[in-house]
Formats: sequence, structure tokens, C-alpha cells
Amino acid sequence: MSVNATLSKTRLPSRLKLREWAAGYLFAAPFIVGFLAFTAFPMLYSIWLSFNKWDLLSPPRFVGLQNFVKMIADPRANLSLYNSAYYTVFAVPIQLLISFSLALALTQKLRFRDVYRAGFYLPIIVPLVASAVVWQRVFHYEYGILNEVLGWVGIPPQKWLFDVNLAKPAFIFMSFWMIGRQMVIFIAGLGNIPQSLYEAASIDGAGAFRRMWHITIPMMTPLIFYNMVIAIINSFQTFIPAKIMTDGGPENATLFVVLNIWQQGFQFFNMGYASALAWELFVIIVGFTIAQFYLSNKWVYYEA
Amino acid sequence: MATSALSRPVFSRRRVLEQLWLIFLQLLMTALLVSFLVPTLWMVSASLKASTEIFQHPITWIPREPQWSNYVRVFQVIPLAKFAENTVIVVALAVAGTLVSSVMVAYAFARIRWPGRDFFFSLLIATMMLPEVVTLIPRFIIFKYLGWIDTWLPLIVPYWCANTALYVFLIQQFFRGIPMELEEAALIDGAGRVRILTEILLPLCKPVIATVAVFALLQHYNSFLEPLIYLNSMDKWTLALGIRSINDSNAANWELVFAAGTVMVAPIVALFLVAQRYFVQGIAMTGFGGR
Repeated sequence: MSVNATLSKTRLPSRLKLREWAAGYLFAAPFIVGFLAFTAFPMLYSIWLSFNKWDLLSPPRFVGLQNFVKMIADPRANLSLYNSAYYTVFAVPIQLLISFSLALALTQKLRFRDVYRAGFYLPIIVPLVASAVVWQRVFHYEYGILNEVLGWVGIPPQKWLFDVNLAKPAFIFMSFWMIGRQMVIFIAGLGNIPQSLYEAASIDGAGAFRRMWHITIPMMTPLIFYNMVIAIINSFQTFIPAKIMTDGGPENATLFVVLNIWQQGFQFFNMGYASALAWELFVIIVGFTIAQFYLSNKWVYYEA
Repeated sequence: MATSALSRPVFSRRRVLEQLWLIFLQLLMTALLVSFLVPTLWMVSASLKASTEIFQHPITWIPREPQWSNYVRVFQVIPLAKFAENTVIVVALAVAGTLVSSVMVAYAFARIRWPGRDFFFSLLIATMMLPEVVTLIPRFIIFKYLGWIDTWLPLIVPYWCANTALYVFLIQQFFRGIPMELEEAALIDGAGRVRILTEILLPLCKPVIATVAVFALLQHYNSFLEPLIYLNSMDKWTLALGIRSINDSNAANWELVFAAGTVMVAPIVALFLVAQRYFVQGIAMTGFGGR
């Protein structure tokens, strides 16, 4: 900075400054070009598409708001929203409860904590396609291990992925297996709570439960909230397990939003309609994010 | 803790309860650990069973006679070696692009002053919130127009454009922590920016580069939706598509599906065991990671 000041005698940018600007744009060029080509332009293009009917074979036809009108009345689209909402509402809170409990347990004075942590984390390292083909068979009526294990405690075998009422719960159950990321974030957060707080509370005679309620949970609310936002966004974008395990069945019970968009776009080639559906998901996700950040001011405790 | 142990009898009720609680937790965690590992272990175990043994009650957890030939067969039933080769090429090029472009862009944002920098940085951060689906269909049409369908280009080229904001952000944060004087001195000495970046800054931020590399590798290795949309002919497929295809074509031959799954999972688990530090570090640093 001082170098620039002494060198620039005029009010025009000095040569050195211009060189710095050029370097800035040059190094940032991959992002600027990529953003224009692969994000900004596709988004604008997608808006245009959503006002058109196009199967990629015949020329696109402008249909005004028809795609959006269709979307509101389309039972498949609404069912996919319902399915994703159902999945999210039940999966996310229980995921948070499990990952938070595991993190709490793994910050106690246990042996082999690293082994547990690695083991609980491992499922999200496994490529989701591979997990999906395994879980498809975990849920198998006759030879799946879930029914096998349930049989040990006398629960009769269920048809899981082939049962309209149990298919979504099966997906939710599978999601509990993939909470490693949340858990690691919670463990990191728990490690950052100052020990002095606990010591002070102990001196004041607070037992384990009161320390938990008055120190641990308030201190962790930002991370709980953060994990919740990410988990909701991810839940609404579930695709791979649904595509592999059920392809939306039985009777569209696992037709989640992204699977529906994929089918409209790449199976039925309704490019315009699929774009409109994608915008609907966009509005939902951004709306959720904004609403949650607004609500978070009310109950999340941020250290001053 | 130490003082309370001294001031109280060793077998105070409270201490006994605490010990019992810890033993209970230890047992509970072990049981949970086993249940978390069971699906993956079952995949490996069943991949070594004869098909008659898979469809048998009660279940055998350890194969009676390991059928290593299942692994030979799976490479014959589907071109698994070809898929693996394709995956290595695509992942290597995508990860290389991610690293090179993210480092460049992070450098521009962290250590160069240029007009519009803050604006572009906000744009970058805003893209984090953008769901992938919104650009899925328009991108497909754009790539179709470019003649990129059924090539690996859509899986590689966008990643040479620093399009994962999180990685740029991470590296940028790291660069900002390094004193600017280091660079100003080098600039006065006449060193070019490329040299400053590669010879001074990069050696200092190996941990963050390793973390980004590990995450990018996972991301591209696991990628399914993009290959599914862009790759039609089988000789271009990646492992993820291969697993899906054998799951459809050999749905009844669980041992083959599981063998293919094990082939895909094994390298990534090995990487995890070797580079666990970077996984955990990265998640703690960012909160993201994996998916």
C-alpha cells in the first residue's frame, strides 16, 4: 500500500496499480468465466425455459405461465412435495437427536473414542450409490438383515420398500445411518465450550442435567441450528437412494422432489415444465433458509 | 476431579454411579458402532458367499467358504475394470481442476486488490445456497448444444472454473491468515505472482489443500446424477453408473452386486483410514464435507 502511495503521483491509477488490477482479474478469471457460463447463463436460460414447452425435438413453444399453472394442479408434483416434506419433517429432528447424543457420548471419558468416531463417520464415506444397493437389500422382505434382526425380538417381517406406508419410514431410517458429518460438527463444538463454565456450575452445585440444560444446549444452539438448516436443504434434495432403491415406487410413495424433476426432464423430456419445477424447489429451499435465519434470532444463543 | 476423589471415600455412591454410567455408555456405543458397521460389513461378507448361502435362513455372518471367484465373475459380467479406469481419469481431471482453479481464485480474493472484488466474492458465497437442480436442465441443454453429451467434458470442465464456492472460501481464509509483508517483499524483489503463489504461499497451506483435495475426490468419486445425465454409452461410464447397471441387470445375483459395491467402496475406505485427519479437520473447519 505504501509502495503504491509513493509511486502514484497523478490521480489516475498508477501503472503498478493497473498491473495489480489486471492480476486480480486474471487470477479470478476461472470463477468469473465459470460463473457466467455455468451459473448465471443457465439460470437465465432456465427462467426462459420455464415459460416454454420443449421436448428438445420440435422447436420450443412459448406457453406463458402454463407450466406454473400446471405445476400447482399437478398431483404428481404435489405428491412429490408432500413426500419430501414428510421425509424432512421426520428425518431431520431425529437425525439431530442421534448425532447430538452420539457427540455427547463421545466427549465423555470413554475408551476407544477415535474408533467410535471413525465408525460412525464411515457410512458417509461410502459412495451413496453403493449404500443404496446395499440398503435396498437390507430392507428385503425375505433375506434382508433388517427383518432378520427384527425377527430376533419377535417382530414379524415387513415389506419395507414395497409397502406404501413403510417405504418413506424406511428411507428415514436409512438416513439415520448417515449422520457422521453432523456428529463431527457437534463434537468440534462441544470441545469449544469453555471448561470454566462447567467448573463454575459444579461449584454452584449444578448436577449433570442442569449443566446440560443451562450450559451445553444454549452454547450449542448455533451449531444445532446450522446442522438443521443443512440437513433440511439436503433432505429436500434426496435423489440417489430414491432413484436406485425404488425409482419412486411403490405407488409413488418415494417420488421425492428431485426425482420428479429428473423424470419430467430426462424421462418425459418436458424441459420447460421440469425447469418450472426446479424453480419451485429453489423458492422452497431459499425460503426455508431465510425463514430459519429469521427465526434463529429468536432462539439461537450467540455468544456476544 | 482429583481433589474430589481424595476428599471422598473411594466407593462413594456418586462415584459408583458415575462408573456404572460410563460402563453403560461404553457398551451402548459399542453396540451402536456394530450396528453402524453392519450394512457395510454385510456387503463385504455376502460378496464372498455362494448365492445359495445368501438366500438361506438363519443368516450366516461369515461366509462358510469364501467365494473369491465372485470377484472374477463380476469383472466379466460388467466391464468393471473399464469403469474403474474411466472413474480414475474423470476424478483425477476434475480434482486437478478444482485445486488449480480454487487456489487461483482464492489468491485473487485474498491477496490482490482489484475493483469488483467484493462484489464477485459475494456472488461466490451466494452460489453456495443455490440448489444444483436449478441449473441441471439448462446446463444439459447447453452441453447438448456444445456437443458435449456422452463425453466427460461436462463432468470436468465446470470444475476448472472454481465452481465449488466452499473450497475457494476455505483456501481464501487460509491465505488471509498469512502476513501480506511476505508477498510485498517478494514483489519488490521482482518475483511474479505465479511464483509467489506456488513457491511462498502454497507450501504454507498444505493442510487446507489436502482437505480440499480429499473432499473434491469424494465428491467426484461419488457423483451419480451428472454421469447419469451426460453419459450414454457404456464404455464411458464411471463406477457409480456401473454399480447401478449391475444392480438392474443382475438384481437377483446379490453376490455380484455386492462384489461390485465392495470394489467401489474399498479404495475410498482405505483413503479414509489413511487420511482421516483431513476428513475430520475439514468438517470441523467448514461444517460441510461429504454431503
